[in-house]
Amino acid sequence: MSDGSLSVPDYNQPVAGGGLLDRRLFLKQGVGAGAGLLLVGLDAPASEIPPWMHTPGAPFNNYGQPSNHEREVIRWISANSGAPGNGISWSPLHKLEGIITPNGLHFERHHNGVPAIDPERHRLRLHGLVRKPISFGIEDLLRYPMVSRICFVECGGNSNAGWHEEPIQTPAGYFHGLASCSEWTGVPLSTLLEEAGLLPEARWLIAEGADAAAMNISIPVEKALEDTLVALYQNGERIRPENGYPIRLILPGWEAVLSVKWLHRLQAAKEPVMARNETAKYTELQPDGKARQFTYLMDAKSFITHPSPGYRLRGPGLYQISGLAWSGRGKIRKVEVSADGGQSWAEAALQEPILSKCFTRFRLPWRWDGSPRILKSRAIDDTGYQQPERATLIAERGRNGYFHYNAIVSWAVATDGSLSHVYA
Amino acid sequence: MFMRKPHRHSRPRLFGLIAGQGISPFRQVVMQTLHHALRPSPRVSALILSMCILPTVHAAPEGPKLGQPLTAQELIGLDIHVFPDGYGLPAGRGTAREGKDIYHTQCASCHGIKGSGGSAGELTGTSALHGAHPDQTIGNYWPYATTIFDFVRRSMPLNAPRSLSEDQVYAITAYLLHINGLLDEDAVLDAKSLPAIRMPNREGFIRVWPDGR
Repeated sequence: MSDGSLSVPDYNQPVAGGGLLDRRLFLKQGVGAGAGLLLVGLDAPASEIPPWMHTPGAPFNNYGQPSNHEREVIRWISANSGAPGNGISWSPLHKLEGIITPNGLHFERHHNGVPAIDPERHRLRLHGLVRKPISFGIEDLLRYPMVSRICFVECGGNSNAGWHEEPIQTPAGYFHGLASCSEWTGVPLSTLLEEAGLLPEARWLIAEGADAAAMNISIPVEKALEDTLVALYQNGERIRPENGYPIRLILPGWEAVLSVKWLHRLQAAKEPVMARNETAKYTELQPDGKARQFTYLMDAKSFITHPSPGYRLRGPGLYQISGLAWSGRGKIRKVEVSADGGQSWAEAALQEPILSKCFTRFRLPWRWDGSPRILKSRAIDDTGYQQPERATLIAERGRNGYFHYNAIVSWAVATDGSLSHVYA
Repeated sequence: MFMRKPHRHSRPRLFGLIAGQGISPFRQVVMQTLHHALRPSPRVSALILSMCILPTVHAAPEGPKLGQPLTAQELIGLDIHVFPDGYGLPAGRGTAREGKDIYHTQCASCHGIKGSGGSAGELTGTSALHGAHPDQTIGNYWPYATTIFDFVRRSMPLNAPRSLSEDQVYAITAYLLHINGLLDEDAVLDAKSLPAIRMPNREGFIRVWPDGR
């Protein structure tokens, strides 16, 4: 594509091993450079008029659904066979683009099913170490000043197959998809706490959901006042039942077990309640037998969604590597991609918006020559924290921690274009 | 419907604290702290210290103040958090001997005979925590015995949560401690004796927040 002039950079020259190209290639040179890939294998007759242009289409419906051709884009459920409401479902992040997770595909963790809450009978109660114990109906909360926050919600146990001895072979979303990203809209918890009059000795808020597990957990007052939301809306519509209808907490950047769904009670206290989900669970056993507790922050993570295991590259040529990066500490500053197993790295383009504690989409052009390659990505956040290699993480934490796995992810590309998860 | 009996010490202690100190709203406390900052007293110093880690209290938008007063009566049956010091524990009592039958009726189908070998989490075990794949059970991992009561009462059994009486929850808690070798079969568990139990892994946790990472 070079015109031979020294003043025009040739973005088709590799910038790192394995065929990685300059992140500005697509921007500067338009789609022409990539067009060859998109046409590979497409051999449709030129003049066929499809049947949907010969007959009227379907009428309106009141709530739209995805195309039938997308019916494999689903959450993957893993539940207790004896208690089908106790389990998890992963977001199919390998099938999604951009940064927003559709509401029906947001990951789930339920301890005892999805409650069918009547909003008219649901109240939020604030009590304990407050000057004035108070409660709110949902209609009350809808009249309060609201703010929106686009942020990820990630389970502390996300990606935990990474601790396994052998690399798990599953689509990327069913490995890293206990994380999703939405625009959450609701009332700042600080507004409600101020109305109740939090006492100075109140250091914790014990949150509780109105599900059949009455899930409870302790939240530091500092976080409650900093940026915690009592959310009513998700991506513009009222929160779906499985995501906490009619109200849930959102604690941006912190492990999702704290973002209590179906919130109905907050008790201000001097000390944490030491609930099961902050002692027996969501604590991380270290090699010396001690466990890390209150590990709230979700550290920087990234992985390549396209291509990833389950995809098959259709021959050598130009591809766009695309993936997600996020950090509970703040914004993503940089994502680097390697196509040679980490020997060399190229900086990916970060797509706007780049928001704090939010999924960030990265992209990088790559010309695959058909030989075996190992693709990796690593995120660096605006505190300077860099996503660690797996060996580094395990050397520091051991393999019994179960939670908070955020190591660099490696996909091996075989000569037939198939991809697999490897430790490399 | 299951209703909780009022317990002895928590409610009066809580309201006594509030009424006795006459605390002003939080924003006023901060203002007061700033006003007195040049004449520090121990109390004011403590407040300044707390301000250092409460930097954004000023950010709360003003609300229409629609909160309705919440009475202690309205919290009966709802206020079920049990803290490590025993705060929140109800009246009632139970022993492991009484809990054994309840466990086998209500719990064993998922958790196995004597807390082991079921489809749900292992409840017993004394293995070291620094080997490969250690069990993390009540006996070798849970730092507080009060957590057992708190969790069983709110969440168990899965098919009928909140169906057990306070005495039954005390009895099951006693049985779970007993099969972990932490309580005699006839020892009475109640609001006084339960928080007094020191769990083997009580010192096994390192708080990462707020200081570490």
